[in-house]
Amino acid sequence: MTSETGIGARVKRKEDQRFLTGTGRYVDDLPLARATYAYFLRSPHAHARIKSIDVSAAKASPGVVEIFTGKDVADAKVGGLICGWVVKDKHGQPHKSPPHPVMAVDTVRYVGDSVAMIIANSYDEAKDAAEAIKIDYEVLPANVDLAKALAAGAPQIHAEAPGNLIYDWELGVKADVDAAFAKAAHVTKLDLVNNRLIPNAMEPRAAAAEYDKGTGQYTLWSTSQNPHVLRLILSAFVLGIPEHKLRVVAPDVGGGFGSKIFCYADETMVCWAASRVGRPIKWTAERSESFQTDCHGRDHVTHAELALDKDGKFLALRVETIANMGAYLSTFSTAVPTYLYATLLAGQYTTPLIYANVKAALTNTAPVDAYRGAGRPEATFVIESIVSKAAMEMKIDPAELRRKNFIPSTAFPYQTPVALQYDSGNYPPIIDEAIKIADYKGFEGRRAEAKSRGKLRGIGFSSYIEACGLGPSQVIGQLGGGVGQWESAQIKFNPTGNVQVLTGSHSHGQGHETTFAQLVSDRLGVPIDQIEVVHGDTATTPFGMGTYGSRSLAVGGSAIMKAADKVIAKGKRIAAHLMEASVADVVFEGGTFKVAGTDKAVPLGAAVFAAYVPHNYPLAELEPGMDENAFYDPSNFVYPAGTQICEVEVDPDTGEVEIVSFTAVDDFGNIINPMIVEGQVHGGIVQGVGQALMENAVYDEATGQLVSGSYMDYTMPRADDVPSFKVGYKVTPCPHNPLGVKGCGEAGAIAAPAAVMNAVHDALAPVGVGHVPMPATPLNVWQAIHGAAK
Amino acid sequence: MTINVAMTVNGKAVSGKVEARTLLVQFLREHLGMTGTHVGCDTSQCGACVVHVDGKSIKSCTLLAVQAEGTKVLTIEGVAESAEKLHPMQEAFRENHALQCGFCTPGMVMSAIDMVKRHNYQLDETTVRRELEGNLCRCTGYHNIVKAILAAAPAMKSAGV
Amino acid sequence: MYDFTYHRPKTLADAVNLLKGKDEARPMSGGMTLIPTLKQRLARPSDVIDLGGLKELAGIKVEGNNVVIGGMTRHADVASSADVKAAIPALAHLAGHIGDPQVRNRGTIGGSVANNDPAADYPAAVLALGATVTTNTGKHAADGFFKGLFETALGEGELITSISFPKVEKAAYMKFPNPASRYAMVGVFVAKSASGVRVAVTGAGSCVFRVKAMEDALAKDFSSAAIKDIKIPADGLNSDIHGSAEYRAHLVGVMARRAVDAANK
Repeated sequence: MTSETGIGARVKRKEDQRFLTGTGRYVDDLPLARATYAYFLRSPHAHARIKSIDVSAAKASPGVVEIFTGKDVADAKVGGLICGWVVKDKHGQPHKSPPHPVMAVDTVRYVGDSVAMIIANSYDEAKDAAEAIKIDYEVLPANVDLAKALAAGAPQIHAEAPGNLIYDWELGVKADVDAAFAKAAHVTKLDLVNNRLIPNAMEPRAAAAEYDKGTGQYTLWSTSQNPHVLRLILSAFVLGIPEHKLRVVAPDVGGGFGSKIFCYADETMVCWAASRVGRPIKWTAERSESFQTDCHGRDHVTHAELALDKDGKFLALRVETIANMGAYLSTFSTAVPTYLYATLLAGQYTTPLIYANVKAALTNTAPVDAYRGAGRPEATFVIESIVSKAAMEMKIDPAELRRKNFIPSTAFPYQTPVALQYDSGNYPPIIDEAIKIADYKGFEGRRAEAKSRGKLRGIGFSSYIEACGLGPSQVIGQLGGGVGQWESAQIKFNPTGNVQVLTGSHSHGQGHETTFAQLVSDRLGVPIDQIEVVHGDTATTPFGMGTYGSRSLAVGGSAIMKAADKVIAKGKRIAAHLMEASVADVVFEGGTFKVAGTDKAVPLGAAVFAAYVPHNYPLAELEPGMDENAFYDPSNFVYPAGTQICEVEVDPDTGEVEIVSFTAVDDFGNIINPMIVEGQVHGGIVQGVGQALMENAVYDEATGQLVSGSYMDYTMPRADDVPSFKVGYKVTPCPHNPLGVKGCGEAGAIAAPAAVMNAVHDALAPVGVGHVPMPATPLNVWQAIHGAAK
Repeated sequence: MTINVAMTVNGKAVSGKVEARTLLVQFLREHLGMTGTHVGCDTSQCGACVVHVDGKSIKSCTLLAVQAEGTKVLTIEGVAESAEKLHPMQEAFRENHALQCGFCTPGMVMSAIDMVKRHNYQLDETTVRRELEGNLCRCTGYHNIVKAILAAAPAMKSAGV
Repeated sequence: MYDFTYHRPKTLADAVNLLKGKDEARPMSGGMTLIPTLKQRLARPSDVIDLGGLKELAGIKVEGNNVVIGGMTRHADVASSADVKAAIPALAHLAGHIGDPQVRNRGTIGGSVANNDPAADYPAAVLALGATVTTNTGKHAADGFFKGLFETALGEGELITSISFPKVEKAAYMKFPNPASRYAMVGVFVAKSASGVRVAVTGAGSCVFRVKAMEDALAKDFSSAAIKDIKIPADGLNSDIHGSAEYRAHLVGVMARRAVDAANK
């Protein structure tokens, strides 16, 4: 069915009404009667031993209800937070797994590690009382610098991880790769730092909890991207509350970008303390706390080498990376620089031999985990930077060098040398379209014109691929992942014909309430305003894995389609009965069951009504009711791909970089709602631009303090930092999911850093600058120009 | 120190007992239960808390409730004529997909309405982007917000709001 | 923030009396610096004296050769004032680029100048234009008013009532904002009048300062070429993750040249 509300239509979002009128309901908005408020006292030191904590004066402070320290939590036998992905090192040994207590007991390991929870009648009173807590710290040597983490003599952060090494992991056969390098006509070498980022969803993390003494039921409201997974972790590993006695609700959530996937100490404490206090507890992070304690992203130090033959054909790629884990292992941290990074190092190219070595290291910094793209932006930055550098060195047009090495469209499914098998794709038309939109041919003219104004203009390409739509459960299991990666859906008709679609996915900006309704409307012919998508509450939705890794549509949407198929199958049997026809003769078209070649017809609504009022109904062979659920486990990842072209102008006097043009052409497979997809692309690009030009999480080496700990020092992209974007599509449908869709949530953030940095390097090459560190801030660019001029 | 404050919020007289340190945004959210105005930072930069006080956009996280004594406050909850008839700015945000997670949206809409009026309904892209300096959005990349504001300006003019 | 006692005097005299009577009292004009400071619990005043009720301190007048701006005048009002735009357009431009629109709707000139934040914009205008700061007790010449980091010549209980800016032949302000905070990382105000040229720099050091070498060169030849070889020493300039002292020193030159070019347009 093609309609104004079906698949492919730019349907305006159903959720917008409440967000536009101030009636959305985020965690902090909850009115909880008799609520108390929590404040966490956090370590001011990067590494210290807690010699003593004295809370007696604080307990007497006005309004204080209760104070908990790490000792209270340990005495209550609360479990530690877990890392849910076991990565085996190059010797087959599981990664080192130091404990992660929800509250520090005797040692603090980063600035922000929590040491006490103060619960009071008001937030201000809790904060007032915190100042009366006396803690005697013995400050220990600390290290916040990833590059020094594995050096001999570096401060030891956990006894369980000697030398601060979590794992030394590899992929590929080094000897084969080395042999290919020995025969190469040209080798391009690159050292780079993938700068550390702070996700900064605009809604700070928050939690609220209450405990029902009568039923023993806990309810935890959390800013979570995956409430069922949070409940599972809290139940099975941390708090021991039986799953059926814990309800986790993630209501409206103001952005996540990965940072709200994980199980955090604060929400764990809020939930745990609710039963002890006997009153509801609310906690909302101040932005400064978010900066200090949300899981950070990226933070790699990498050396890469690309071997090429004399014509520019890639022969082999060799990558050595050190990845920062922070002070503790967060929920999925170990998987990010391995299975989400090294497995992507083939990019869009036929590079036959790839070797990657990744060492994960501990530092006295906030935990690092998945942030929009998670591993794939880091991989794309390595590949697309080195490819553009090779093009420059070999004096080959960067688009041409890419085309020369693209996997041909005839080669799919394509087995890469780094484990993944790409299911589909057609890359040359994508770059051709991008080149057309960006007017690449006219670039040299624009460069000359800019020069006449004293500006250095440059252009940069980035052709990315990502594996997303996590994911095939058995593959994930083989790689050490601790959970299944399917998704659930339930389509529940009410007797009056309207529909609730319950999903295990969670929307925190992605617009599922609209896109998923479009799927159901399209498939079942139900008007879209009769469809309500329900998500985010473990009490109402089936167990699901949540939203991350661009998986909601490819996996969650596919589950919905499977459930819709079950509705149709059942409806056919009901309709066959009502029409006195054979089920085999019944077809479903435009929301109506028909018998081919006759005028017999039963609308779906009539079949549903018959199912709920089964007076004329085949009860002997069919259950009443219309409520179908489905679980979908994909057979492979999905592989969106695209090319971005960025054009910049650099002011050589100040080092400022202005993005003057930005083009993105993507292949996301079939598109359900182009309006929403474009929004995802725009937002992703700006996060990528932010990484390239602005954002940088900086810890002070001497004190371990987070220097970029507020918007005063962490540069968030603002409206006047970016232009409007030019966006285009090519479509090769995904062959293995029922919708033919890939994922679009991370693409922009994955590709953009390399596109921008390649443009900056192209602009600065004429003045002799070889390398600018990311982010290319005015200071970094000026210093690079200044250094080159010396 | 406890103080009685009284002001008009979205056309309705309201009053309450607050501490001297109570911010206007806390008064709105915690005392009046009007949670449409959000708090996204603690350094007065993100703009999620923007409301109008006596017709001017301000950050309600950087104004004491007592400073708003006797003023007319307009929040996101009071912008639409009715649930069915949104303000042209709200309508433009919806039409142009200028919101995703919705958290920055109330502040964005309030800043945008003020911006259009101050510029006498005449805006260009550069001006809109510069005028949004005090409002952060992490989802949209600003592209569609800019588009929505440019579309809303003439719509506000013809609607006379 | 810590709680405090709040006062909203209706007259200047009442405000001054309140300030004098308390040990830890703080005046608040727009509150754009004070409230964020209180929110971070970086200050603990016993009393906050809100100057918002002092209508007598708000407003813009042209008096002979001077533009006189009341201490409680908001940045937005200076930026949009026809009088300021006509008399000293560079001053209106500066006011229109302080903070963001919401800050400009609340922040006041008196508060900004009294606070003397090293990265604030107004001190550059006050110093370069040779303005006179009038208070409840007397007058201060611009030179000598800004003493150091957050330090001015204002005494205890002394409040800025107005600032008088003399009209000049030409002037311009160029700011290189800190990419994150958007405060001035380097801001240069250049003014040319019958009595000479003044160049004031904010953001680069611990306090706004004048650049004598540039002033002398520009007095002879008011063109950007005249100062292109003047180097500002980096010693003593601010250094942070956004800009080293050397970078700031370099930017002073760039912004000064651009300001001169803009003034000449």
